[in-house]
Amino acid sequence: MMLTVDRLRLGFAAGKRVLAAVDGISFSIAKGETFALLGESGCGKSVTAQGIMRLLPPAGRVLGGSVSMEGQSLLTLPEADMRAWRGGRMAMIFQEPATSLNPVLTVGQQIGEVLERHLGMTGAAATGRMVELLRQVGIADPERRLNEYPFQFSGGMKQRVMIAIALAGEPELLIADEPTTALDVTVQAQILDLLVRLQAERGMAILLITHDLGVVARMAHRIGVMYAGELVEVASREAFFSQPRHPYTQALFKALPDMSRRGQRLTTIPGQVPSLAAMPAGCRFAERCARVMPVCREQSPVWRDEQSHAVRCHWRDAGVDADAAGGGHEITDLSVSAGKEFLRVADLKVHFPIRKGLLQRTVGHVRAVDGLSLAILPGRTLALVGESGCGKTTVGKALLQLIPPTEGSVLLGGQPLVGLRGARLRSARRHMQMIFQDPFASLNPRLRVGEIIAEGMDALAVVGDARSRRETMAALLTQVGLPEEAIDRYPHEFSGGQRQRIAVARALAVQPSLLICDEPTSALDVSVQAQILNLLKKLQSELGVAYLFITHNFAVVEYLAHDIAVMYLGRIVERGRAEEVLRTPKHPYTQALLSAIPLPRLEGATAVIRLSGETPSPANPPSGCHFHPRCPHAMDVCRSRYPEPVDVTATQRVSCHLLP
Amino acid sequence: MMGFQIVLLWSDILIWLLVAAGVGLGVLIVRTPPLLSAWRNVGANRVGMASATVLLAFVLIGLLDSLHYRVALEGKPGQKTQYAVEVLSVLDALVTPLRTRNEKTYSEPFATRLYAKETVDVPGQGTVREYPRLKYGGKHLAEREDEVAADAGFTAFRAGVLAFLGWLAVAGIVSGVVGHGEAPGTGWRRIWRGETAFAWDAVLVTLALMLLVAVPLFWLSGQYHVFGTDKVGQDVLYQILKSVRTGLIIGLVTTLVMLPMAVLLGIVAGYYRGWVDDVIQYIYTVLNSIPGVLLIAAAVLMMQVVIDTHPQWFSTAAERADLRLLALCFILGITSWTGLCRLLRGETLKLRELEYIQAAQTFGVSSWRIIIRHILPNLMHIVIIALVMDFSGLVLAEAVLSYVGIGVDPTMTSFGTMINNARMELGREPVVWWSLTAAFAAMFILVLAANLFADAVRDAFDPRAA
Repeated sequence: MMLTVDRLRLGFAAGKRVLAAVDGISFSIAKGETFALLGESGCGKSVTAQGIMRLLPPAGRVLGGSVSMEGQSLLTLPEADMRAWRGGRMAMIFQEPATSLNPVLTVGQQIGEVLERHLGMTGAAATGRMVELLRQVGIADPERRLNEYPFQFSGGMKQRVMIAIALAGEPELLIADEPTTALDVTVQAQILDLLVRLQAERGMAILLITHDLGVVARMAHRIGVMYAGELVEVASREAFFSQPRHPYTQALFKALPDMSRRGQRLTTIPGQVPSLAAMPAGCRFAERCARVMPVCREQSPVWRDEQSHAVRCHWRDAGVDADAAGGGHEITDLSVSAGKEFLRVADLKVHFPIRKGLLQRTVGHVRAVDGLSLAILPGRTLALVGESGCGKTTVGKALLQLIPPTEGSVLLGGQPLVGLRGARLRSARRHMQMIFQDPFASLNPRLRVGEIIAEGMDALAVVGDARSRRETMAALLTQVGLPEEAIDRYPHEFSGGQRQRIAVARALAVQPSLLICDEPTSALDVSVQAQILNLLKKLQSELGVAYLFITHNFAVVEYLAHDIAVMYLGRIVERGRAEEVLRTPKHPYTQALLSAIPLPRLEGATAVIRLSGETPSPANPPSGCHFHPRCPHAMDVCRSRYPEPVDVTATQRVSCHLLP
Repeated sequence: MMGFQIVLLWSDILIWLLVAAGVGLGVLIVRTPPLLSAWRNVGANRVGMASATVLLAFVLIGLLDSLHYRVALEGKPGQKTQYAVEVLSVLDALVTPLRTRNEKTYSEPFATRLYAKETVDVPGQGTVREYPRLKYGGKHLAEREDEVAADAGFTAFRAGVLAFLGWLAVAGIVSGVVGHGEAPGTGWRRIWRGETAFAWDAVLVTLALMLLVAVPLFWLSGQYHVFGTDKVGQDVLYQILKSVRTGLIIGLVTTLVMLPMAVLLGIVAGYYRGWVDDVIQYIYTVLNSIPGVLLIAAAVLMMQVVIDTHPQWFSTAAERADLRLLALCFILGITSWTGLCRLLRGETLKLRELEYIQAAQTFGVSSWRIIIRHILPNLMHIVIIALVMDFSGLVLAEAVLSYVGIGVDPTMTSFGTMINNARMELGREPVVWWSLTAAFAAMFILVLAANLFADAVRDAFDPRAA
């Protein structure tokens, strides 16, 4: 074994107490192996990585245990010697490529730093090595790009540079802390491919830290599941995906939204991860476990090891999916008839001027949304899907008139919205509300929950006297699954999922017919995401509210959407009913997008279509079809003319020259 | 019993309004849990609480000095009562001996004789040049002038013991309150083990130090000039006490002038952007590019001309000096709002893009309501941090401006005027050092305490530090 972590305990000093964030975890990684640490936010997986590198924040403390690499104990090394290990023997790549590179140094200087420190390479030799490294991570024209600054690279390219820096010291162990979480699906697929290729070439060990079961399925050889600072299950990839043993792991799988679960309630894990200060004495998962037994609350379970599949649980039943549908009650899928259109958007354009020079003259436009048409039917969910920068969030804001559209019309029940002002706009807004991505930024921290919910009711003058208002608020909170007492509490007392519920309650307070949900679950953990998706689905069946669901997460789309519109660079390239778009995608972009999603299953994706490059800038879109530079089927006509939309079926409409 | 007439100077009104506002803010804080928890953090900070104790002592002196009155003159019965031209404060009344027992000119701390030789007629010896005996300093010693050290030491020791006993009483009361309803002694133990939520140990230690210094000092000041006397024989300790109010007013009233302007313009610029932002930015860029001292000098000199040409406005000299002080506060406020305004504009630019603001916009909440409900409360930490940080800067600015001669009225005692007067004597031999040293030390303690307190407040309120 190359890296062995033995009963490692790490903690944080809080006042006079030290709270253990990682409590006695042991695992080992062999050469050429990828070990994935899987867990939800706050479970201690990143702290573990920092502990191995000895890069804990100032409040962090090593409380016990050992980390040894190639027989050398790392925790007892003097700091000066440790520096030779960091970067030289083990290297790390981080989640956010935008902040992990120094913006004032060229890429070459940042790679050269590692070469000089660990290999003593300078001058021409170093430059040669840098060029080689950049070529290895798939950066074209490396000689020129060495002298460029990070801002000249796109997100995926920056992550490639980060990998090149990590590789420069020829490490034997690469720690990747959520390396693709901040990237788009198509770029994520490129980076994961790159990591697999580099590992095969160099025989590196990889410690992959992630919360994404799909990435784990794609990358890992062995998997360790962490919960509340402890490892609860360690298994090989095959064993893990075919037969998860720990109730927590099983619940995680069941909480994943997916096409096959449409119409069903997702299984959720009730409650929250216990806080560091109040860890239960027995099994830490006991409070949330569906299989809890009295012994769980008293005694921490020990490891049971069977055929390289270790699990830490008192519950012995191996039952695979014993209750595949047992946890969820069936909700009858709304077979909403295609009634009268509720919202119709025609040829919507939102252009942001680019101003330059002393007199701020407009020199060009960012075409965030460029001629978009869609219709939303009452009680249905339309998913607007696309990668970052395609303009999907701008569409949501333009519909609400938060950003004035440049051109086009938005009809709400036949009433034009564009250009409305004052009281008339306010009354129109009553019919549409928005739920935002980040539940931590969307609630004012200085207002009580009651005040937050009442804001919309006040502004739109929904209800009159104080008592009936309080009753309405209490009813709303019950509806979204929060206790009534929440009215008098502040947002910071709630967890991310609960905050998102408050945000939903706030939007529902004015009884809208359409909710625009802008990535409402992307900041949440899988188990919490399932709760919110269930809630949204329940509300739709109860209230008949329509959703415009803006997201990049196809799993959520598959689970929730009735209709799908795929956006690329400000335009819709394909739309239709969910089944049509997901089963028979016609546009090459949709096909590539769907195949790039890493699936949390053993069989994985078949015949992945790899897209080269990244989404071009909307300030300067390619001529003709916007997708042609990345399209595997590009033809001459694609370069010169934007394709007209073609009706494939009565409901599916695609803009592509490939279709007759 | 002598009659008196209450005199309300403009600065008194402002300072008591500030006290009222402070009390109001306190009530608001207690009612707002997030604010309360932030202030609890300040309360748990040992350095912060120690400096707050010192600041509180200064504020107390300043407040006592802000209750003014005029004593009725003795007149014939039946006649309309006449009041003295001299405006006194409660502080003056409390330290009457310090105020009235003036020597002829300079004398050293604890001296029994003047600092300069004078020609005296001694019966039987003709004229002799010698250091004349002080009228008040060490008077009780009479002929035993060489026993000053022993006498002063003994008095200081007695006063120190008394101070310690007083401190024990205070500490006992505090520990009783802390350990209320528990076994006797628990409160005491909890305080000194640092187990209380509020940093009582720091407060009590500071209080002990302050009492051990202040009580002997005031005790001795009845018999000696502990900090010496200045050119006209006035006690330096008295001047120091009087300077505190000037410093506090400059520090507090100026922020009062600058705050509404900075907050309003900063938020409006950040929230509305566009041409409003452009106009406000131009204003503060222009204001910032005029040398501040020049602007202040021009304004203060103009104000002085106005005061000089309208003597009928003022019934006493104190009112004249007071108006000039306020004018100085005003002009300092006008030149110093730009920094805070810029900070608030930047923060507002960030806040207005946050999702809860957008959520409010989708509800059609009006812009002013968004500013008041959503933006202002989320900017308060910056305002509070800026306020306490600016305070010490302004106290120092007053000293510099008075030194240059464009500060407060020359008749008004302030740290700046004290330093300015002492400056002349630095060149003489032997040097007159006590006036400058005392003013410097007092100002240093005030500003240091304010800065440390500001640090504690910033640590508690800055979301990034958490």
